[in-house]
Amino acid sequence: MITYLEAIREAQRKALENDPRVYLYGQDIGLFGGAFKATKSLAQSFPGRVIDSPICEDAMMGSAIGAALQGMRPVIEMQFADFSTVGFNQIVNQAATMFWRTGESCPITVRLPSGGTPGSGPFHSQNLEALYAHYPGLIILTPATVEDAYSMLLEAIALDDPVIFCEHKYLYYHLKAESLPETALPVGKARIARTGRDATVVTYSAMLHEALAAAEELATQGWEIEIIDLRSIKPLDTDTVLASVARTGRILAVGEAWPWGGVTAEVLARVATDGFNLLDAPPMRLNSKDTPVPFHPNLWGTHRPTASTIANALRDLLRL
Amino acid sequence: MLLARVAEEKIASLFRGGRITGGVFLGKGQEAISVATGIALKEGDIFAPLIRDQAGRLAFGESLLDFTLTYLGARSGPMRGRDGNVHRGRPRDGLLPMISHLGAMVSVVNGMLLAHRFQGKTGTVGAASLGDGATSTGAFHESLNQAAVEKLPLVLVVTNNQYAYSTPNDRQFACADLVDKAIGYGVNGHSVDGTDLAACLQVIGDAVRTAREGNGPQLVVASNLRLAGHGEHDDSHYISSHFKKLPLGRDCIEVAQSHLLRNGWADAPSLEVWARECAVQVDEAVAFALREPAPDPALEEWCALSHRHLAEGNPGKP
Repeated sequence: MITYLEAIREAQRKALENDPRVYLYGQDIGLFGGAFKATKSLAQSFPGRVIDSPICEDAMMGSAIGAALQGMRPVIEMQFADFSTVGFNQIVNQAATMFWRTGESCPITVRLPSGGTPGSGPFHSQNLEALYAHYPGLIILTPATVEDAYSMLLEAIALDDPVIFCEHKYLYYHLKAESLPETALPVGKARIARTGRDATVVTYSAMLHEALAAAEELATQGWEIEIIDLRSIKPLDTDTVLASVARTGRILAVGEAWPWGGVTAEVLARVATDGFNLLDAPPMRLNSKDTPVPFHPNLWGTHRPTASTIANALRDLLRL
Repeated sequence: MLLARVAEEKIASLFRGGRITGGVFLGKGQEAISVATGIALKEGDIFAPLIRDQAGRLAFGESLLDFTLTYLGARSGPMRGRDGNVHRGRPRDGLLPMISHLGAMVSVVNGMLLAHRFQGKTGTVGAASLGDGATSTGAFHESLNQAAVEKLPLVLVVTNNQYAYSTPNDRQFACADLVDKAIGYGVNGHSVDGTDLAACLQVIGDAVRTAREGNGPQLVVASNLRLAGHGEHDDSHYISSHFKKLPLGRDCIEVAQSHLLRNGWADAPSLEVWARECAVQVDEAVAFALREPAPDPALEEWCALSHRHLAEGNPGKP
């Protein structure tokens, strides 16, 4: 069995093996192997290519941009997605604008250990995919499975554009697969994770597993829920979403991130503008509460959507 | 440096005549330190100029046409009308296009130098220009520290022209001299009179050589006075007359010219010939740029990704 975290490590190992342009840069990622051990043993296997950085997210990103312009393929580990806001300027104003301004591509992968786990609190739990997706010039990936964590990270490193790779910390150890995949869907394609005819849930990252559990519960009551794993937030596979809504007539968009202007809002805006006539009921969405992410497990468990709140929302949607 | 002065004065006059869209930012008074940086760098080196580096750009090898085509927004310029004025560059030639966020280019230079190290390219140097205001930013701190930790051949040229836009030094920093920051980062510090071309050539030359020989980052602090507004929209009324009377308020071009005359390296008629030759070059470059077509929104690709198939377009449009 291989975990989601191990898949991320193996993808980095394979990229280092296959491409001499690849190097890893981040805090504590060298001999220590990273705060989550996502780079464990890689510094020993690839001397000089897995580099400890000072605590300087702005300069980490700036140097990655310079190295990418000179033909390297940097993979940057932000210790927590939350800390990437310190490097925000370099990501959104420098990396994201480089190709459009100069015609030079800027192939960087930024790994963001994202999302909430019990006890992590306001500054180690954030989901920033919508923030980065707002800016032109970035690709935003949100793998929800072990297989995608592996194949999408490899694809991210191979792409010529800057990629924000949102890996979910809650899935690091929980999620296991039999083996690593040989083939994969390309970036930009969503996956139907469960087929159904009564309603569509569009979700991504750790919320996929909450949605699958909710669908399982509703199945015992005779409801068939279709679940779409977006896989990539930008580009967003609107076609797969609309085709599903055409089959079910009902949509619930679920995200762990904050509600205002995020991925769920974007999905519903697209369905409302491009698929209004497909809807049998008003579109619904479910997000975390509009507060910082709380520390205590009792509060945290209520702050984010869960299988139970998703199931309740679906019951409401099905009654409409 | 004379060509830079003449070129910028021409663009400033076009600005006053309403021919330039956007800002115009002059390096008047800073040509000496800037040109010294450009001269000290070689092919294969990296240069991240800032807004007052027209002289350094020309010395580094940027064509005068890149300057006029970008200021005039021509489609054929390096930025194709997508970005303008001082925000131009050719990363492939080692010339970085600055973003507006101060201090942000330094770590990009670091990364290019790191790449050279990975690729086994030795003996290259990267120079970045900053003003006194940029030394207050987090990006300055992060990037100089990063360069020091990695012992990169970075030459950080800080030109203290006494004001960041309208903010004087005493509202910008509290240390006695910006060069004192060098010791805190564990890098060499160099001070120079930014109005004296000969001194700038000497000090920048030494700093670049020291970095090239593998002795880590070098911080150079040049002192002078900005002899123009922050941009041509700014009358710079806030610049104290006190500074204008000090040696640092001298015009570096006048200083350099009297140096040439005093040493008998040039005479007054040849200085006039140089100025006329510069004016001809500039007029030709401006005339060429004025004839070039402007960007056409219908021909613009409107795609921010190099992988076009992953671009989103404009969802929701009928």
